[in-house]
Amino acid sequence: MRDVYAIGVGIHRFGELWDMSLRDLFGAAALAALDDAGVEEVDAAVVGCMASGPFVGQDHLAPLCAEAIGLLPTPVIRVEAACGSGGLALRQGFVEVASGVSDVVLVAGVEKMTDVDGAAATDILATAADQEAEVFHGVSFPALNAMMARAHMERYGTTPEQLARVAVKNHENGVANPDAHFRMRIDVEQVLSAQRVAEPLGVLDCAPRSDGAACLVLCPAELARSAGRPVVRLAGTGYATDTLALHSRADLTTLASTTRAAAAAYGMAGISPPRIDVAELHDAFTITEIIALEALGLVDAGQGGPATERGETALDGRVPVNPSGGLKARGHPVGATGVAQAVEIVRQLRGEAGGRQVRDARVGLTHNVGGVGGTSFVHIFSAC
Amino acid sequence: MSEIRIWRETPRRYRLEASRCDGCGKLFFPPRPVCDACRGRAFSTTTLPETGRVVSHTTVHSPPSRFGGHAPYTVAIIELDLPPGEPCVRLTAQLTDLEGHDVHTGMPVQLELRRIQEDDRSSVIGYGYKAVPTE
Repeated sequence: MRDVYAIGVGIHRFGELWDMSLRDLFGAAALAALDDAGVEEVDAAVVGCMASGPFVGQDHLAPLCAEAIGLLPTPVIRVEAACGSGGLALRQGFVEVASGVSDVVLVAGVEKMTDVDGAAATDILATAADQEAEVFHGVSFPALNAMMARAHMERYGTTPEQLARVAVKNHENGVANPDAHFRMRIDVEQVLSAQRVAEPLGVLDCAPRSDGAACLVLCPAELARSAGRPVVRLAGTGYATDTLALHSRADLTTLASTTRAAAAAYGMAGISPPRIDVAELHDAFTITEIIALEALGLVDAGQGGPATERGETALDGRVPVNPSGGLKARGHPVGATGVAQAVEIVRQLRGEAGGRQVRDARVGLTHNVGGVGGTSFVHIFSAC
Repeated sequence: MSEIRIWRETPRRYRLEASRCDGCGKLFFPPRPVCDACRGRAFSTTTLPETGRVVSHTTVHSPPSRFGGHAPYTVAIIELDLPPGEPCVRLTAQLTDLEGHDVHTGMPVQLELRRIQEDDRSSVIGYGYKAVPTE
């Protein structure tokens, strides 16, 4: 297996971007990544997108994407793992390069979510859950996360204030990110008093629906060395599945797929949790970041809430989490998220993150989840 | 949800039909073609008990569109009352008839056949189980 390096990144600002189509968003991020890498062509592209069919009526994204950036007849592989689609794209891009099938690979994530109204988006996002066993009964996607939150609170004493602090921290970080959907501060009281979505979660516990795209360029070592640009090694990849229905899991307070994916990624990279300098975690809901901290071994089980409250995950904390603003503030165009996380970590490891730069960041981690953990993706990057 | 699908999923919704692995006894609801515990492929159809306890719950304020007129409503993960030594079976259902009840983890419930949703086009009604408190 060949070592894999990231030589270029590109992102289009996330937000409610009514003047841009899915094609426009992909094109902007892809060209930015190609420019950053200093390459004109790629051998293949992998595009993560959850639901372009229901959101904009467009599937068959391979020719659309290749044509959008003038690279026909390059093969493009569209992959889907709900909100983990971007993480899956990164994983498959790694496999393309590591295996030797392709040398230069464009990894992309894109989602165009705001052409439909909120009720339609709720239905589309619920396709990440089990239609027969969960959604038939009226369960929404936030409701499943709410039931995990309640279980975590009752077992570990995690408080609504601790959940709120995740959102407050990520909004604080997002202020310094020009690509973020939301660049404004919020406080704990606002989170706690926000309109309820599914108790104990309110609207400010939930990531927004956003439009956006993010890309990176991967290649093997010899090409990375000749690129003459700062490169970052993609040192480990891990991917695991779990039951589609939440109720089929013995423990509602953790994400077993995340723990398994993390073990694979840490093992491949030869890195243990204490060496992580900066992490981008999947805070689709505030509870998800707390559970992810625990499942990734960054804190002990049950300590995600207290660690957040103590500031351990703040930009100047022991292990800064979501310097980009995370899904909560950077925004959550579902298929783009897993790739946007990688873009942020590459920028952090290059020292190019501006006002949200984590000091002396050498090793970074991304954690992307499909559904309520039916899929989890963990990637580890190291500065060269 | 199409009338064909409503018909197809009837056995589990009306009768709580599950499958028991002939090899190791593990229960699957809904049935699966292979047992993940012992890799067995021979199963016997069995009917699950209609009582259980709330494992976790929430109130849905932003519902899927087919449930738009019903919010807010409560949904729960319920663990069914199986005899000691039996494998655990959980399912997701709405809680209903909650007037005067304080929903909490561990609350005992009974599953009853209720109207769940209606197909927009055919107006065929999808029936299934909802849980009502028993204490």
